Amino acid sequence: MSTTLVSNAPRRAAARAAARRADLTGWLLVAPALLAYTGFVIYPLATGIQYSFYDWNGVGVATWVGLDNYATVFTNPNLLGAIGNSFVLIAFFTIIPVGMGLVLATLIRSMRDGLALRASQTILFLPQIIPLAAAGIAWSWMYAQTGAVNQILGWIGLEAITRPWLADYGTALPAVGLIGSWVLTGLCTVLLLTGIGKIDTSLYEAIRLDGAGWFREFITITLPGLRQELAVLVTLTVIAALSTFDIIYTSTQGGPGRATLVPGLLIYRIGFTQSDVGLAAAFGIVMMVLVLAVVLPIQRLSRASDQ
Amino acid sequence: MRHHSAHRARVRAAIGTVAAGAILALAACAPGAEAPTDGEQIEVTTELTTEEVVLTIADETGFPVTDALTEEFTKQHPNVTFEITRDTFQNLTANAPRLLAGANPPDLIRLPTIGETVKDGLIANLDPWYEAYGWDAWPASQLAPMRMSDEGIRGSGSLYQLGLGYSITGIFMNLEIAERLGITAPPSTMAEFEEMLATAKAAGELPIMAGDSDGVVNFVVQAAMNQFADKDEFMSWMFNEPGATYNTPGNVQGAELIRTWADAGYFPSDINAIDYFTFVTRFSEGEGLFTFNGNWAASGYQDALGDNVSFFLVPPINEGDGHVAMGAGNSFSVAAGSDNLNEIVYFLNWIHTDPAARQIIVDVTGASPGGDPTLPLPEVAPGSLIESALEMSAQIGADNGQVDFMANTTAGIYAGSIIPESQLLVTSQITGQEFVERVQAFYEQEIGG
Repeated sequence: MSTTLVSNAPRRAAARAAARRADLTGWLLVAPALLAYTGFVIYPLATGIQYSFYDWNGVGVATWVGLDNYATVFTNPNLLGAIGNSFVLIAFFTIIPVGMGLVLATLIRSMRDGLALRASQTILFLPQIIPLAAAGIAWSWMYAQTGAVNQILGWIGLEAITRPWLADYGTALPAVGLIGSWVLTGLCTVLLLTGIGKIDTSLYEAIRLDGAGWFREFITITLPGLRQELAVLVTLTVIAALSTFDIIYTSTQGGPGRATLVPGLLIYRIGFTQSDVGLAAAFGIVMMVLVLAVVLPIQRLSRASDQ
Repeated sequence: MRHHSAHRARVRAAIGTVAAGAILALAACAPGAEAPTDGEQIEVTTELTTEEVVLTIADETGFPVTDALTEEFTKQHPNVTFEITRDTFQNLTANAPRLLAGANPPDLIRLPTIGETVKDGLIANLDPWYEAYGWDAWPASQLAPMRMSDEGIRGSGSLYQLGLGYSITGIFMNLEIAERLGITAPPSTMAEFEEMLATAKAAGELPIMAGDSDGVVNFVVQAAMNQFADKDEFMSWMFNEPGATYNTPGNVQGAELIRTWADAGYFPSDINAIDYFTFVTRFSEGEGLFTFNGNWAASGYQDALGDNVSFFLVPPINEGDGHVAMGAGNSFSVAAGSDNLNEIVYFLNWIHTDPAARQIIVDVTGASPGGDPTLPLPEVAPGSLIESALEMSAQIGADNGQVDFMANTTAGIYAGSIIPESQLLVTSQITGQEFVERVQAFYEQEIGG
């Protein structure tokens, strides 16, 4: 009895030491990543939160103002209008590209392998490799009074509706949104295509044998099989919509009036042109919380449906 | 499993505590730094050093006059060489405070708005050199917008900037179209000008070529306001004097006039899609009877339209009243942290006084070189638009009618309010009264916040 006790103790100690070593090794292994994460994510985020409580021009002395900056974000109609615009953009950045992606991916899946298939895949993905800033500039030429869009409308006898699309109060925001749709559809199609490729083909055979048409097949097999891809795409595109900057900056600068003003552009202006770093930080934090509030439920949903 | 989740909860709690602690710790100490107090005072001299010096300049892209000036200066003084870095106007304006606050600030920087750089001790007070060089002989009205008081009010106090050329704005008229419409001379009153606009419209010509996708229609908006407003009252607002307001009867009248012009279709229908470059190009290609622009565009218009273009001041309401026009120095400031204060100020003084430098200013920018008015003016081609521009500058000097650009009122007001509201005004979406009220509301927020 006593011998076992005596002989057990060092073994337990050794085991504890081994566990501690393993712990230490674990920490050492994550240390580089943790350091980078702390330095480039946690620290800037923390300083951003800190700045949001101050009236600060970025250089001189800062004054503590408590929640004043947040009050401004939630009461200033221009800032609220910009947030509203960014939510409208979700329709163009998320709903249209993901919807188009589903349709195109289903169509391409039914194509026979060959030149046409590979060509259509490449063409669809091409906009994705063009920087958004360049897309914004190119599209603003096409949307101009004498641009390609109005020329095409003219050829098909629709001169009556030609207009400077980006300078018209009613069409500016949808026109800018469609640039986003154009860019993001390729990404959605390609990701959904790979998703479809992973679906067990025997499922398709089975439902065919049961006499299902393409719609039934799409609803029963394709859509549930693409849950995870859809969750990823919705997350990415919603973030793109709410944080959009480059397309607006290079095409309309928020105009005409404030028809296409978005938070990204305003935060940049408030922070760097007006040098009101505190308000810009507060607005940024609010947008981060909004993005999380929209994106986290999507993540939850996709995880819940996996179980 | 339970052990695992308990461990996870502990880790989460630990991370939460650390994060909260870090944020609290950060929140406890305010960011930013006190303005440096005047430490070492350097000895002011108007003699140029004989040592080798490299002076650094931060300038905007597309402003080649600094290249020409520095080249000429190095030719005259080989021991002084220059390094010029360039960025777009917008980027440079946004980054200027951080550039100046850095460890190695540029000796000279293009700085359109002084803003809070004086309060933060970032730019050098030029008063000692003002005395040493005798700049009191220069036009006071030209230097006033470049002064700032201890209370942060522009227009008075110490001198913090000088101009590399002093601009003047007015109206360019396409003489070919004018002749067709029977217009033989520039308008002498606002009423005459409006008649000409109506004549052009009736004949199917575009009366005013302007663009507002980037806010440049405000040359027209302010030109109208200038004629109705009390100049000093308008200036006190632009200089941010306490209690000053944009919402004055004169400004409202000017804005309302623009609204009636918009209603009458005197502007291009796609004005909000037209930027500065586009409207300059379209006027150069012969579209539009008038356009509102500054001396800097004169040589370009001359090249494009030859003798078929004239340049004149915006007419006053009543014949014989003094002219009022926007004009400003292409303002540059010296970094407080510059190691070569005497040398860079010598360069600035040289630009205003040396005949070769003054000639460069006129040739490259078409702007008035400023400086002592008794100095001879550079030579220009007789009958050219540049000659008109110099005469207009002289006229405005005589009428004491120079006002600053309202875009320079605060750092954020142009992009944040004047551009979007003017886009609404020139497309008849809001009234002149609303325009003025909205800009004033933004102004109060920016000044107060």
